[in-house]
Amino acid sequence: MTAPAHSPSPPEARPGELPSVLHGYAPAGFFDEMFQPDGTLRPHYQKFVARFGSIPRPELDAKRQAVDALFLRQGITFNVYGDTQGTERIFPFDLLPRVIPAAEWEKLEAGLVQRITALNLFLHDIYHEQRILKDGVIPPYFVLSARHFRREFVNFQVPGDIYIHVCGTDLIRGADGGYLVLEDNARCPSGASYLLENRRAMRRTFPGFFEGTGVRPVDNYPAELLAVLQHVAPAGVAEPTVALLTPGPYNSAYFEHTYLARQMGIEIVEGRDLVVRDQRVFMRTTKGERPVHVIYRRIDDDFLDPTVFRADSALGVPGLIRAYRAGNVSLANSVGTGVADDKAMYYFVPRMIKYYLDQEPLIPNVPTYLASEDQDRAYILEHLDELVVKAANEAGGYGMLMGPQATAAERESFRARIIAEPRNYIAQPMVALSRHPTFIEETGRCEGRHVDLRPYILYGQKTTVVPGGLTRVALRRGSLVVNSSQGGGSKDTWVLYADE
Amino acid sequence: MLSRVANSLYWMSRYLERADNTARLVDVNLQLFLDFRSLDDRALADRWIPIVQSAGDETLFNTLHGRASGRTVTEFLVFQPENHNSILAAVTQARENARMVRDQITIEVWEELNRLYLFLRSPQARQQLDSSPVEFFHEIKASSLYLQGLTNATVVRNEGWLFQQAGMYLERADKTSRILDVRHTVFPAHGAPAPVNQAGALEWAAVLRSCSAWDAYKSMHGADVQPALVAEYLLLSPEFPRSVRFCVQALNATLRGISGSASDRFANDAERLSGRLLAQLQFTTAAEIFGTGLHAYIDELQARLNAIGEALFQAYIFQPFLTPDNGQLQQQEEQQQQRRTAAAVRR
Repeated sequence: MTAPAHSPSPPEARPGELPSVLHGYAPAGFFDEMFQPDGTLRPHYQKFVARFGSIPRPELDAKRQAVDALFLRQGITFNVYGDTQGTERIFPFDLLPRVIPAAEWEKLEAGLVQRITALNLFLHDIYHEQRILKDGVIPPYFVLSARHFRREFVNFQVPGDIYIHVCGTDLIRGADGGYLVLEDNARCPSGASYLLENRRAMRRTFPGFFEGTGVRPVDNYPAELLAVLQHVAPAGVAEPTVALLTPGPYNSAYFEHTYLARQMGIEIVEGRDLVVRDQRVFMRTTKGERPVHVIYRRIDDDFLDPTVFRADSALGVPGLIRAYRAGNVSLANSVGTGVADDKAMYYFVPRMIKYYLDQEPLIPNVPTYLASEDQDRAYILEHLDELVVKAANEAGGYGMLMGPQATAAERESFRARIIAEPRNYIAQPMVALSRHPTFIEETGRCEGRHVDLRPYILYGQKTTVVPGGLTRVALRRGSLVVNSSQGGGSKDTWVLYADE
Repeated sequence: MLSRVANSLYWMSRYLERADNTARLVDVNLQLFLDFRSLDDRALADRWIPIVQSAGDETLFNTLHGRASGRTVTEFLVFQPENHNSILAAVTQARENARMVRDQITIEVWEELNRLYLFLRSPQARQQLDSSPVEFFHEIKASSLYLQGLTNATVVRNEGWLFQQAGMYLERADKTSRILDVRHTVFPAHGAPAPVNQAGALEWAAVLRSCSAWDAYKSMHGADVQPALVAEYLLLSPEFPRSVRFCVQALNATLRGISGSASDRFANDAERLSGRLLAQLQFTTAAEIFGTGLHAYIDELQARLNAIGEALFQAYIFQPFLTPDNGQLQQQEEQQQQRRTAAAVRR
């Protein structure tokens, strides 16, 4: 390899030396993904850092700008709500990838498969025999009072007996580096397209890095997803038509919907493109109406069918649920999976694993207190300033109290809400999320920022986990919130074939 | 193909074609009037107003700007957000339509369209228009040509492609006729437009240039610019790819590609109307058109193009919402009525 003609400067770092953007970097007491507590590189990062360090600084800056420009040009943006000028922003993307060694990933993969298997068994059970409730493992009250428990679907046989086809499970690492499950997203988890695009951007930016580093590819996700969707097609349909149902172009995940539909080669439809006749679903095409057999729906249960759920839903399709119940169309994920990612139900997932699989959970939960249990509630109310309180039925970081950072008034308001509606609240200790070196524009060097990891699990004929997942990073100094709406960015996630 | 998707593809290419034509129209006339330094403001305004009429909404222009000048007309036709036909508005709508069908267009097409949109919204675009309008318009025209090339080179020849072609040719036929109509103030009510002097020839050459027809015209008729020949060329040439006849021919073939009907049959009103218009353009002479009156002829032509667009919408996009429930309801209501009538008879 020859050095680029325009950069006469020699490589910045010699082997064994850190590149200048990492000079002065300190783990500062947190678990750091890249560095050991004594400041030496973890073995699985060595190959990456050696290559990364050989890129001269001006070239690195140029690469960073090029990658931002690429995302902008591709229109991988989200709309800033309330901005009439139509301003669009890109999701900040950090060039330093998170690296996971093979052995570590193997354990995670087994843990995630264990978890989705138990959750699917649980959903089958509570919508049929309800053995787990009758055996007293989970108090029936928690299931029957869950907002997303669809009693209309008790004793309904979902296609292929699969409830959760696609699951996005959020993982974090605490101070000791152990992985914990933060929550299960069993309804319509989003973000998979960013995982794929991040990889594409990295391959474009550092073409030489992948060959020698041994990074497992992720590109198979759309094909695997399509296989899962085809697997659950109604019986007797030889060549099922699969469609992705989107809320429409003004939804913040619309980019992802079109991206996945294009990658899978399926139609992307809005509610108004579909019509139900004789309990069969059709899409309106230029050649008349054409049947649809499987719908990968990216809208919530509540909006699916205005004649069954929310009557004011303009996004749904009247009659869709009747067609679903008649077995003429399959939905992924199935209706009623929301009960499994209810945050109070999360508390019971380890018990589900024990009950259905007779195994110990491979990835533990974050310690959780249920406000509806007298002892726990007393503890929560006493320690509001230390705990994170979450509303059981909300997603996306809404309805949350970060005890240590909240004002006294916010804590009092949560206190009142917890007392009034204990079923709807859980609390967890603040977890000091692991950090990862992340390039910070203002200082021109890398600083530690908190990260989480959302792997995607597909459950069909077989269960597959895409190697890696979406690593989200809280870009604000000290912030623990990784959501993109609140200053979050993302990184590529590399699962290695080997351990270093 | 989903009707909604077909509609978006159709409008995406219509809006792109619109932006492209507006760019050429403004560009050519800005350059033309540089040669007309001797004209006072009033005479210049008289020349700019037909351009506003051909590419946009004159009433809206008068409300927003009042007096027509190179600066105000350029602003109105390039950036004005209130003008739904301004270049920026047209590109924005093309992109918005493309966004809704991201899965149906190729990555190359999307990225270029997105780049054009981002350029037009950037401060550099306005700077460039001020400092070097020729380059600014070149940028837009080049992008439009690039997009057409990409579409040709990367898009699968399926129904979606046909809807894009239909939108493009319909818009192009309409725009060519409008650009010709810019000179309508000098058209006689009946008969051929009179030969012109040297200054007049420049203005007619500008019409040709606005349609990228200058070289094509010259190879046919030489450098002698005669209004009657220009009109004939832009309306009736069977070879020039932007003439009205050529566009209608392509449109007609495209429509038949969508339905598969033979050239002497029609499966819907869009095909019937386009077939009839094509025959009329094929078997008419310039003398006949001048007999009708050029301006009147162009007016009617535009109405007929609009009718084709409307019929296309009715045939493929708009499907009356008739759920079985509605049908049932109607049936039940009718039965009720019959019973009541029967009861009345019995009584």
